[in-house]
Amino acid sequence: MAHEVPEGLYYTEEHEWLRVEGDEGVVGITAYAQDQLGDVVFVELPQVGAEYRAKEAFGVVESVKTVSDVYMPVSGRVVAVNLALADRPELVNQDPYGEGWLVRIQILNRDELAGLLDAAAYRQRTS
Amino acid sequence: MSGDTTAAAGDLKRTPLYEEHLALGARMVPFAGWAMPLQYTSIIEEHRAVRSAAGLFDVSHMGEIEVSGPGAQEALQRLLTNDVGRLTPGRALYTVMCTPEGGVVDDLLVYQLGEQRYMLVVNAANTASDLEWIQEHAGGPQVTIADRSLETALIALQGPRAQSILARVTDDVDLDALRPFHFVGGWEGMISRTGYTGEDGFEIFLSWDGVPAIWRGILAAGEAEGLVPAGLGARDTLRFEACLPLYGQELDRDTTPLEAGLDFVVKWDKGPFIGREALLRQREHGLRKKLVGLRLLEPGVARPGYPVLDERGETVGRVTSGTVAPTLEASLALAYVPPSLAAPGQRLAVAIRGRAVAAQVVETPFYRRRRGG
Repeated sequence: MAHEVPEGLYYTEEHEWLRVEGDEGVVGITAYAQDQLGDVVFVELPQVGAEYRAKEAFGVVESVKTVSDVYMPVSGRVVAVNLALADRPELVNQDPYGEGWLVRIQILNRDELAGLLDAAAYRQRTS
Repeated sequence: MSGDTTAAAGDLKRTPLYEEHLALGARMVPFAGWAMPLQYTSIIEEHRAVRSAAGLFDVSHMGEIEVSGPGAQEALQRLLTNDVGRLTPGRALYTVMCTPEGGVVDDLLVYQLGEQRYMLVVNAANTASDLEWIQEHAGGPQVTIADRSLETALIALQGPRAQSILARVTDDVDLDALRPFHFVGGWEGMISRTGYTGEDGFEIFLSWDGVPAIWRGILAAGEAEGLVPAGLGARDTLRFEACLPLYGQELDRDTTPLEAGLDFVVKWDKGPFIGREALLRQREHGLRKKLVGLRLLEPGVARPGYPVLDERGETVGRVTSGTVAPTLEASLALAYVPPSLAAPGQRLAVAIRGRAVAAQVVETPFYRRRRGG
């Protein structure tokens, strides 16, 4: 089953995506990831202001069956979290690249972007 | 994202419906040595379909053990805590079998097939060890014990529409007259009014080769009434809401049926059975722990193994099952706690990733279907 992998985003081996917007970036999990997890019932997100290194766990996505950590694609400081997920965690399933976003970060080290996958490389890993 | 959600292929056993599951787009997962469907579309969708209409489950991985012969009833009375003497051919009962210390070896259904013939339906993960246990503790010249698991397929049709759907494919069975824990037929085709979802429904025992056609027939017959194929994921959330225990989570050899709240399957007056003395002592001296329902009062999901804390933050128990209940839309858990902290209303907490999340003991079962109508 082929899952949507939008062009223009960065991806991680652990199935997070990062959309760069100026100095900031928006982070979520991929369509493939939400499908593997199944129905998402709870999302635990960090405090605004918290800083994480690349590959550090910053939150937890829980489905009916499983618990999964989510990791920072690049080092960043959290500037906003998706508060809508508190009442509607299913947005992660319904719109993983849109309304189901997790956090917005200030990117602290742009050099780390070079270590991420592009859409073609990520598509290859999940096909 | 982390976590292993991929199914290991390898040496998993396949039920006769394996190809049907693949054709229906199921996500297959390893369970107790079997490749089983976790879900076809979504656990929550399948769960809700069973509560509102009906779901069809493949549970052919369950073990079926035949116990027969002139000594069968006496052997089962010794082996099981419930009173097999209450059965007649065509009736089934739920029971556990215990160790001499009172721990649960397995929970199971006993079907009386004939005057001297019984079928035990046991958990897939325990089939081999149960067989060994039964041979050791119920064997003898007057008793024949046979593992019929690999020739007996089992599907479960569950939900408020189950009867009307089944009526479309069975013209010779009076389903109205088939009461809970009763069954009709024999090994190669047996319909039992039992289940593991908290809904009305049927479990249908069929021959290994005969089941695919029946499976397809029931799915087609029920489509207009909202029937969907349902996987083990929904089976687990459904049984969880109904507070039906799952072996390996609520039940194990270190837990007695009294601690699990299964007093109703322990029949003190039926004569001796394995574990009776230990259970009697426990009844007199008090339980070590008690199974309770918890409702989380703050955001979070309690998972099996998470510590339960008292109001001072001391670990006093452990979660056995927990999730966001799809019908009730609340974060709920089953947990063992000391009997002194088991009363509804009791404030406790669940340690979730190092954080104490407030919880409260609530009445069980969480979900009880409306009867009649």
